[in-house]
Amino acid sequence: MTTVADRPAARSAGRRPGALTIGLSRGALELKQFVRTRAYLVFTLLFPVLIVLIFGAAFHGSAGGGVSYTQYFVTGMIASGLLATGFQNLAIQIPIERDRGVLKRLVGTPMPRSAYFIGKIVMVLVMSVVSTVILLALAVALYGLRLPDTGTKWFTLVWVGLLGVIACTLLGIAYSSLARTGRAAPSMTTPVALVLQFISGVFFVYTSLPGWMQQIAALFPLKWMTQGLRSVFLPDAYAQHEVAHSWELGKVAVVLGAWCVAGLILCLLTFRWTEKD
Amino acid sequence: MDAVTENLAIEVRGLRKAYGTTVAVDGLDLAVRRGEVFALLGPNGAGKTTTVEILEGFRRADGGEIRVLDTDPRAVTPAWRARVGIVLQSTGEFEELTVAEVVHHFATYYPDADDPDKVIERVGLTEKRDARAEKLSGGQKRRLDVALGIIGRPELLFLDEPTTGFDPEARRQFWELIRDLAAAGTTILLTTHYLDEAEALADRVGVIAGGRMVAVAAPADLGDRRNAMATVRWQGPDGPRSERTHTPTAVVAALAERFGGEVPGLTVSRPTLEDIYLSMISKEEAE
Repeated sequence: MTTVADRPAARSAGRRPGALTIGLSRGALELKQFVRTRAYLVFTLLFPVLIVLIFGAAFHGSAGGGVSYTQYFVTGMIASGLLATGFQNLAIQIPIERDRGVLKRLVGTPMPRSAYFIGKIVMVLVMSVVSTVILLALAVALYGLRLPDTGTKWFTLVWVGLLGVIACTLLGIAYSSLARTGRAAPSMTTPVALVLQFISGVFFVYTSLPGWMQQIAALFPLKWMTQGLRSVFLPDAYAQHEVAHSWELGKVAVVLGAWCVAGLILCLLTFRWTEKD
Repeated sequence: MDAVTENLAIEVRGLRKAYGTTVAVDGLDLAVRRGEVFALLGPNGAGKTTTVEILEGFRRADGGEIRVLDTDPRAVTPAWRARVGIVLQSTGEFEELTVAEVVHHFATYYPDADDPDKVIERVGLTEKRDARAEKLSGGQKRRLDVALGIIGRPELLFLDEPTTGFDPEARRQFWELIRDLAAAGTTILLTTHYLDEAEALADRVGVIAGGRMVAVAAPADLGDRRNAMATVRWQGPDGPRSERTHTPTAVVAALAERFGGEVPGLTVSRPTLEDIYLSMISKEEAE
């Protein structure tokens, strides 16, 4: 029953900041909230560090080709860090916000809805950089991981990281609609992330896994993120030890890009602001 | 648009909403004038919250004509949202953010927002402006909810059970705030379980039962309360006495004459809003 008569009123309303400005200010607020929430900090930043330290101390094998297991593993953990800040973090945080009525309250204001997602993306991007820097520093200091020595490799790090984070973020937002309550969210999310870590070349060397497991992992983004990051941090010659005897960077880009598109479509189709209609 | 419509902030005719086979709202009518404080009363499950959430644009009605600030809430725009303030039944959790951070941030959503610090002062949270939301008491959290509801200078404010869980003093302070807003011309639609709250704040009350509006009147007039039988009570020589009458003044005059002055323990009472409301609800439920 919106009639033409409503429109002049809408137009005559004063100006407010655009979606991007509000989104960035939401991002700053999200970051404040994040760093003040001990559980989030421990879960997304401290937990991966602990895993790296434990595995680094416990395993001393070789991943073949002159690469130690810890170097292989810590590269995978950097990819896992992106999975944690993007996918796990949002898939757990958003259902809690939905449960607590934060989302409902936001849709009751004139805030552009896109500003909410911009805020989440800002938070995830910043936390991803922080997580990557921490894990990288640890890997360089303790496990002899070498920082990239060419511009091309730095560029690969940036695009693999960025595509990976975007895919994980969108999938995290989409996945957040599955949990019916905030309490159910962690138990629905953590096992998925954990299984992916086991089969995608994080905890185990990918080529040592059974073929069927490799094929399942290859359907999801994490496998391609770890592979892309290995091309950045492991010696060029190690490419021979990959399944295809190459880093397959073209395929990494295509698969991660496809997951970004699929994630965006899923978000648009499934996102719920309130628990029920 | 005729003059009558122009003067209404909310106009609802024949509102219907069902969840599956359960009918929550069943042909409800409601008209709230601009500048009015209107209280919706009704037992749990009567359809109050469903009605309010439809008016707020959170739920879609199955049928009926709805105009809220001349707009159908099924097709709201950000411009409409900017003119409407909402205080939901559940308290929003902001956890680790401070009062000032949250209020200042919400101010950026609105084209013509009020001064955040003034709003914090109005809701009485100035001393708590740097306190984290999770550290606030229940009543203080509710004040924060109200601050966020009024930060955009709304023409129409929805308050869904705003004082549930308040202590009496906090409730009085809250009432003052609502009276200030009403005095400034804000239209307020309030739902409450507290009859004294409706009586203290509302220009008119509407009683919802079984998904329909069963009565609308000024609190003093509800259920013809003004003309209901009064009860005169006094302390007689043999103990407490009472008499129900349509002419309490005459009864009191007669008593005064009989006692030759002061009547011991004299009270004259009409049914309270609560008495009227409860009899109305039980009548509805019996049907």
